[in-house]
Amino acid sequence: MEPFKKLTSVVTPLNRPNIDTDAIIPTEFLKRIERTGFGQFLFYEWRFDEQEKQKPDFVLNKPVYEGSNILLTGSNFGCGSSREHAPWALSDYGFKVIIASAFADIFFNNCFKNGILPIKLPEDIVQQLFQKINEHESFQITVDLEKQTISDSQGFQVIFDVDPYRKECLLKGLDDIGITLEKEEKIKQYEGSYIVI
Amino acid sequence: MSPKTIFEKIWNDHVVEEEEGKPSLLYIDLHLIHEVTTPQAFEGLRLAERKVRRPDLTFATMDHNVPTKDRFNITDPIAKKQIDVLYENCKEFNITLAGLESKDQGIVHIIGPELGLTLPGKTIVCGDSHTSTHGAFGALAFGIGTSEVEHVLATQCLQQEKPKTLEININGDLPIGTSAKDLILSIISKYGTNFGGGYVIEYTGETIRNMTMEERMTVCNMSIEAGARAGLIAPDETTFAYIEGRRYTPKGEELTNAIAKWRQLATDPGATYDKTITIQANEVVPQVTWGTSPGMGTNIMQSVPNPDDFATKTEKEAASRALDYMGLTAGTLMQDIPIDKVFIGSCTNGRIEDLRDVAKVVKGYSVAPLVNALIVPGSQSVKEQAEREGLDKIFLEAGFEWRESGCSMCLGMNSDVLAPKERCASTSNRNFEGRMGRNSRTHLLSPAMAAAAAIQGHFTDVREWKFK
Repeated sequence: MEPFKKLTSVVTPLNRPNIDTDAIIPTEFLKRIERTGFGQFLFYEWRFDEQEKQKPDFVLNKPVYEGSNILLTGSNFGCGSSREHAPWALSDYGFKVIIASAFADIFFNNCFKNGILPIKLPEDIVQQLFQKINEHESFQITVDLEKQTISDSQGFQVIFDVDPYRKECLLKGLDDIGITLEKEEKIKQYEGSYIVI
Repeated sequence: MSPKTIFEKIWNDHVVEEEEGKPSLLYIDLHLIHEVTTPQAFEGLRLAERKVRRPDLTFATMDHNVPTKDRFNITDPIAKKQIDVLYENCKEFNITLAGLESKDQGIVHIIGPELGLTLPGKTIVCGDSHTSTHGAFGALAFGIGTSEVEHVLATQCLQQEKPKTLEININGDLPIGTSAKDLILSIISKYGTNFGGGYVIEYTGETIRNMTMEERMTVCNMSIEAGARAGLIAPDETTFAYIEGRRYTPKGEELTNAIAKWRQLATDPGATYDKTITIQANEVVPQVTWGTSPGMGTNIMQSVPNPDDFATKTEKEAASRALDYMGLTAGTLMQDIPIDKVFIGSCTNGRIEDLRDVAKVVKGYSVAPLVNALIVPGSQSVKEQAEREGLDKIFLEAGFEWRESGCSMCLGMNSDVLAPKERCASTSNRNFEGRMGRNSRTHLLSPAMAAAAAIQGHFTDVREWKFK
């Protein structure tokens, strides 16, 4: 996994609550057996019309947000299906940080496995950030995982929480499976002491 | 020893390693897999030259993208490839597979319990969010992503943060004409789609105790729509009676011993939850959703809500957007909304009791002239049972289509999709934008309500139904 340390980017605002993983990547694109190439299908029905033409009004299609690595969005982002295709699509498209006041549990987990940093902030700060984008559409922030800060060039700064273990894994790009496999003895010991009915 | 909840007991029983500041390493007793969320996991194993640690604790089926008619003729080459890859992976890694040709094939959350794989006290995972269904047996069961599928395949363990506990205590009798589906939909409509976030829900109370296993599965199934990864119900005599005699369940003395152990799982008196809410079941009215989130629901007596009546700006905008997408006008009576399609099936409501509910309503009636209605049994075993009881004849005579088992229109991954702007009364679990195909409009309701809507051509109050 690619390590994540720090980045500065324009923030893409997608101010809707309860965005589900079907919206992030519709089911019709889940038949592929690869892990890559899902970015082209991200928010497909919102980005493209029935003739597969870009909808100019949709925020991701605005030139100012092209190449943005940070998505600012509504509460309960990533709800619904457990499909990891959702973080694959977000990451492949270019989003490495997602900011919301709440995330769905499975999606939140899936992000960390794919080098995406999901950041939970209080709703009033999320709204403050949306307001800043309203005032200045190419509003930029810097996300520093090491220091756990989000800041802009005008002196705005907030500290965010992140689980220390997940932080370490992201900073170092660690492979969970490799870590668990090192505990082979403990797993064996457990298997010896416990009978699955 | 301090009193414990069922969740804490199962959790503690499965901790392989616990270290301050790190997620726990949890042992997994049963890993269910299907075609959609596993190809990349097997590929990961191959690339790292890893094996499946416990093929004997892994069980596979194909359900999400399988056709529900002419099922051996998969015309979509990408879907076919995904199916073929599961056959190949199961063969290569020695995993038991209920493939298309198997009598055991069906929706993964329906066949687990049917085969007796799902048992109390187990930890169960699957790369599918509706794994919460299995919690009905007093198993700790939750959905995982593909990276975690790969992790479980390789290690039979999962790194997990310990969730909090939420008790939903439900008492009173569900009124005649309402069902487990109405109960869970009304809870989600009242409390929203994220109130269970970070929690494992335990459903308690006499309403739950009086439910059949299939009803309990419907309730636990939709825990994820409340934001909770898992829903749990303590096992009791109803559970043990369901389990006995199934293919993979313990037999004879082994079963007696297992039951004795399972009886100890129930939450101890005096154990505490992080949060408790209480529900009166006798107040439940048949539910229908009007929006694009399972929380956007109301009951059949009501009308489509006005976005202005919502409390916050965010909610007003979300409601307004949902009405626009759904093609609905505020103030329209729910009973006046005409439908184009009816879908009966899914891991929420694709079991035999659901089909019996439908048959009771539609017997002697015909599907409304402009409505196309589809019944997709949850498994081959449900299909066979329904046919033994002659339910298929009732359905066919009423004008329903009777299909082969699979997830079908619930997620619109095979060819069972709605045309743009078509409106469907569905017994499934999600009414998201595009869920049943681009610009599809989904209304969630119970099997009996869906059946009544199919006959009338619009939503109708099944409590007033004249059964023939």
